[in-house]
Amino acid sequence: MSAVKEAKLVKNLLDEKAIERIPTRDGYGEGLVEAGKRDPNVVVLCADLSDSTRSLMFQKVFPERFIETGIAEQNMMGLAAGLALAGKVPFLSTYAVFCPGINWSQLRVCVCQNDANVKLTGAHAGISVGPDGMSHQGLEDIAITRCLPGLVVLAPCDSVETKKATLAAAKYKGPIYLRFAREKTPVFTTDGTPFKIGQAEVFWTSPKPQVTIVACGPLVYEALLAAEKLEDKGLGAEVINCHTIKPLDTKTILKSVKKTGAVVTVEEHQIIGGLGSAVAELLGESCPVPMRRIGVRDRWGESGEPEELLEVFKLKSKNIVQAAEEVVKAK
Amino acid sequence: MSHYSLKELDQIANQVRQDIVEMLVTAGSGHSAGPLGMADVFTALYFGGVLNHDPKRPNWPDRDRVVLCNGHICPVLYATLARAGYFPVSELKTLRKFGSRLQGHPHRGSLPGIENSSGPVAHSSSVAVGLAYAAKMDKKKWQVYCLVGDGEQQEGQTWEAVMFAGKHHLDNLTFIMDRNNIQIDGYTEDVMPLEPLKEKYEAFRWCVIEVDGHNIEAIIDAINEAKAIFEKPVMIIAHTIPGKGIDFMEWQYSWHGKVPKPEEARKALRELRTLKGKIRSEDE
Repeated sequence: MSAVKEAKLVKNLLDEKAIERIPTRDGYGEGLVEAGKRDPNVVVLCADLSDSTRSLMFQKVFPERFIETGIAEQNMMGLAAGLALAGKVPFLSTYAVFCPGINWSQLRVCVCQNDANVKLTGAHAGISVGPDGMSHQGLEDIAITRCLPGLVVLAPCDSVETKKATLAAAKYKGPIYLRFAREKTPVFTTDGTPFKIGQAEVFWTSPKPQVTIVACGPLVYEALLAAEKLEDKGLGAEVINCHTIKPLDTKTILKSVKKTGAVVTVEEHQIIGGLGSAVAELLGESCPVPMRRIGVRDRWGESGEPEELLEVFKLKSKNIVQAAEEVVKAK
Repeated sequence: MSHYSLKELDQIANQVRQDIVEMLVTAGSGHSAGPLGMADVFTALYFGGVLNHDPKRPNWPDRDRVVLCNGHICPVLYATLARAGYFPVSELKTLRKFGSRLQGHPHRGSLPGIENSSGPVAHSSSVAVGLAYAAKMDKKKWQVYCLVGDGEQQEGQTWEAVMFAGKHHLDNLTFIMDRNNIQIDGYTEDVMPLEPLKEKYEAFRWCVIEVDGHNIEAIIDAINEAKAIFEKPVMIIAHTIPGKGIDFMEWQYSWHGKVPKPEEARKALRELRTLKGKIRSEDE
């Protein structure tokens, strides 16, 4: 088992049946309450989705700092900018398809061009949103946020990391976008796992790694499962938890790629514009090597059970294994 | 109470109009009708003794906030701020030039006195509402004034912001609308009719005051009246003539996004400096 010791991952890491599963949105809710306790300026805005975004947890403890905007996401973004300009630390809570989906222009001008200290969060990101179908499955949010100068983009890998990311976002001075998911996903990091905005963490290093797997979000777990399967087949791998898509930790990624010479990226997002594209940009300019992107292949999602959809859309460890083998062969 | 007499305020507004014409002809691009139409409102706001501000301390925490939502009319904001002492008047001629602090649309942080970056209309109405809400949360006394256009009332976001302000009784918030009846493609009532505007705002739980946008005394009275209204945000609808002050521009919607050429500017400045031929100007 080549899990990196310093990453301090859970003991039963690869036991899919036994591993604890908690929705990343719960980590957000807990993080909000903790952030609210640490800083009286933290306020939370919600667009009629307080329960499913877990911002309700904050409302229960700090009702006077919870701002219900109703179904008005453009206004919500502008309000947050105004609150931030007056010294507050606003967190926006709604689904990724609504924010930044609906209020991208307000994000661009009111928040980013004002350099306003606003933390927008995109709940229900990914295909695993499930039965709601394509309109609600946020698969483009990383693409439309990382193109904005000055905006930090985070995609934490589990509930524990989401809480850390929320707290880090509250402390950070500047606009941040944070995406998380709907479903219960494996909790594989611990309180001891390092988390720093802009610093990717190597979670797995085989003795002779042949491929670098750069992943973000809950699919980092699938990447770890893939790394184990690859080792069984005699192929070593390194797995990088790239929770910060912008600013991309080019140093950590390139250090690994110079060792392995092949890359697979993994994200619950379109293959256009997300983590895969960010890594491709880096490799193209600094270290061109064979590369494959695991993600949704430029098509819409659809209704289904989350696990079902991940299988059908080829976002499982077996798909990562296949991509890794292809890319190593292409070396 | 203003330090200036009404006569002096009219002179300041006239000077602001001259600054606008000079800025625009030098820049070679920008918007004429809106800035000229709003010169009296801006003069009333910044010189009429109604705004709690200090040009020497643009970041004074307890200052009133002025948000320009229809950012394209920034020439009138820039000219007013310069005349009020926020930055040198000589800087006005750098409008829209590379490296200038006077960006084509206001950019926060570039220039003292600019509270907010704007450009796409209606966006900043929400920012103004957010500022007002923050002040209420912290029990601060500073007021928020938000200048808006009439064309932008067509944007849905405007009504989201208005609805929120009405719900929360933001009586520290005053919007002032440049009701000049024009937009790019023509008259507002032809492009996408806005009336009845007063009733719309009242339905959203605002108080509405209508005022002649070129009567500085009446504008000052309206702002003071707005300050005295509790429990509701206030919309001051300032009825203006687009391009006011220059006879070949007044009422022409084509001057919304156009700037005078040098000969047109000379004519315009002569008109302003001689008060339409009533007095001698040193230029002649």
